[in-house]
Amino acid sequence: MDLSILIQTIVSGILVGGLYALIAVGMTLIFGVMRIINLAHGEFLMVGMYTCFWLFKLWGVDPYLSIIISIPVLFLLGMLFQRFVIQPVIKANAPGENQILLTAGIGLVLANLALLLFSPNYYTVTTGYSTATVHLANISISLPLLWDFLISFGITGLLYLFIMKTDVGSSIRAVAQNPDAALLMGINTDRITVITFAIGCALVGAAGSLFMPIFYVFPAIGEIFTLKAFIVVVLGGMGSALGALVGGLTLGVVESIGAAYISMGLKDGLGFAIFVLVLIFKPSGLVGKTRF
Amino acid sequence: MSTLASLMKDEKKVGLVVLIIAALLPLVIRNSYILHLIILIMVWTVLGASWNLLGGYTGQVSFGHAAFFGVGAYTACLLHVKAGVSLWLGFIAAGVAGALISIPIGAICLRLRGPYFALSVLALAEVLRLIILHWKSFTEGAVGILLITPVISSRTGYYYLVLGIALLTLLTVSYILRRRMGYFFRAVREDEDAAEALGIFSTRYKLIALIISAFFTGVMGCFFANYTNYIDPYIVFSIGDVSIAMVLIVVLGGIGTFWGPVVGSVIVVLLSEGFRNYFAAASLLVYGALIILVIMFLPRGIVGSIQTRRSA
Repeated sequence: MDLSILIQTIVSGILVGGLYALIAVGMTLIFGVMRIINLAHGEFLMVGMYTCFWLFKLWGVDPYLSIIISIPVLFLLGMLFQRFVIQPVIKANAPGENQILLTAGIGLVLANLALLLFSPNYYTVTTGYSTATVHLANISISLPLLWDFLISFGITGLLYLFIMKTDVGSSIRAVAQNPDAALLMGINTDRITVITFAIGCALVGAAGSLFMPIFYVFPAIGEIFTLKAFIVVVLGGMGSALGALVGGLTLGVVESIGAAYISMGLKDGLGFAIFVLVLIFKPSGLVGKTRF
Repeated sequence: MSTLASLMKDEKKVGLVVLIIAALLPLVIRNSYILHLIILIMVWTVLGASWNLLGGYTGQVSFGHAAFFGVGAYTACLLHVKAGVSLWLGFIAAGVAGALISIPIGAICLRLRGPYFALSVLALAEVLRLIILHWKSFTEGAVGILLITPVISSRTGYYYLVLGIALLTLLTVSYILRRRMGYFFRAVREDEDAAEALGIFSTRYKLIALIISAFFTGVMGCFFANYTNYIDPYIVFSIGDVSIAMVLIVVLGGIGTFWGPVVGSVIVVLLSEGFRNYFAAASLLVYGALIILVIMFLPRGIVGSIQTRRSA
């Protein structure tokens, strides 16, 4: 009986970890190409979640179908912020801390706009399958969570193909390796950074839609996920997509075990503790430095 | 060199005039709301100046100074409520506690650079908040602590108290900056590796800057607890209302400038009071917008921009 609880805990941790990975892949992609830690990442996720929520509430759009809309919406939002806010600051050669503060400022604005527009209430979407489960031996698995996991992996796989096989993808890799050399080879690095930031945001847009059937949204939720994404990225190794996967799954399992065996309220503390331990003992991350 | 000396003289004169005006102000201003605003400005001046010593002059941007603020507030309150220690002693205890907790935090985080440092301090601040939130038998958890008899009951009293703390903080910072240590701080900020090569133990000086910074932040935590009569883990360990607000004030006023935190807190306190009526709970919207605008158009902050223009 005890063993089945442990397996159950690990399985649901892995499933949630898949979603964490999807969020963190966007952050690690942005970092890999632009050397910027996007502290508004969680807030972009929140925008994705609200997009999904309002589509469901107003027109009854199924959360999974809403991915088709939340991806382009967040892509566009990311493009605008990168083109008109972040890029001018980077070009002005501002000190590093200004760039961190800038994305933190964007996050504050998004979170408080949401507070102003949508009130601090918690919203969720309730679908017929929200509480559906499948049973496998002694383990019960939440069906939407299983779908989320599979779709997350599908999207991450598509992203991988895009980065490895297309022209834009190889341009992105070139800019990540050496922006100056990429510029000399005739790559429009400005355009590539805009595309990269937009892709990073589109990924959390998708994650936002995937989260809604199993989670709830409120304006301050972004902060939590920015931290989680950062923890995952550091766990895996900054700039490494494979690292984001490993880090995401690790954080998911750690939190799940912490919640089951220690305390629900302290599970976030456990995530932070592991984060700090990794920073001290293996700052290059669990996977090490590999860039896509 | 002569311009630098004249600037220093200027600053001294300006400081003296500001101090005299500040000391006489409560005799003129009888409106307790305005007095409250000035108290808030001085609270944020102290917090900004202590953050600036580490973030501005030593170049270690921290996103988790709420850790020291919260530990200071809780130390003073718990000592008072559980052991009956006077809240006046609490001010010293709060500063010492802030400084003490900064040592392990610094030992862990100061090995990291840039955003890693900023966010690892934030993570540890969150860990502290979670511990205080869940250690209910000792800290009362989310219920918080109510101070029934704070040190002073009159607003004018608080005014002079915070004026004293602000004066002490600014004088300490200006004293340090004129000593060898202050130059070491700035050397570490400009180029850590070069500073190491010149024989400056960068980690030691970063830690010293952090300890001093944490001391004054802790003292302010105790002042805040007395002034508002009440603390809970969400208020004193708040990321947005404490940690980020401290950064904002310094960035707005001018990071790495002496008067930057003063100018920054005047603007932020007045603006957030002004906008409170319009945005209520979403008053952080103004913070966020300010951060973006300042970084885009005044990357050196207000005081920093004026100084570069003057020297150019």
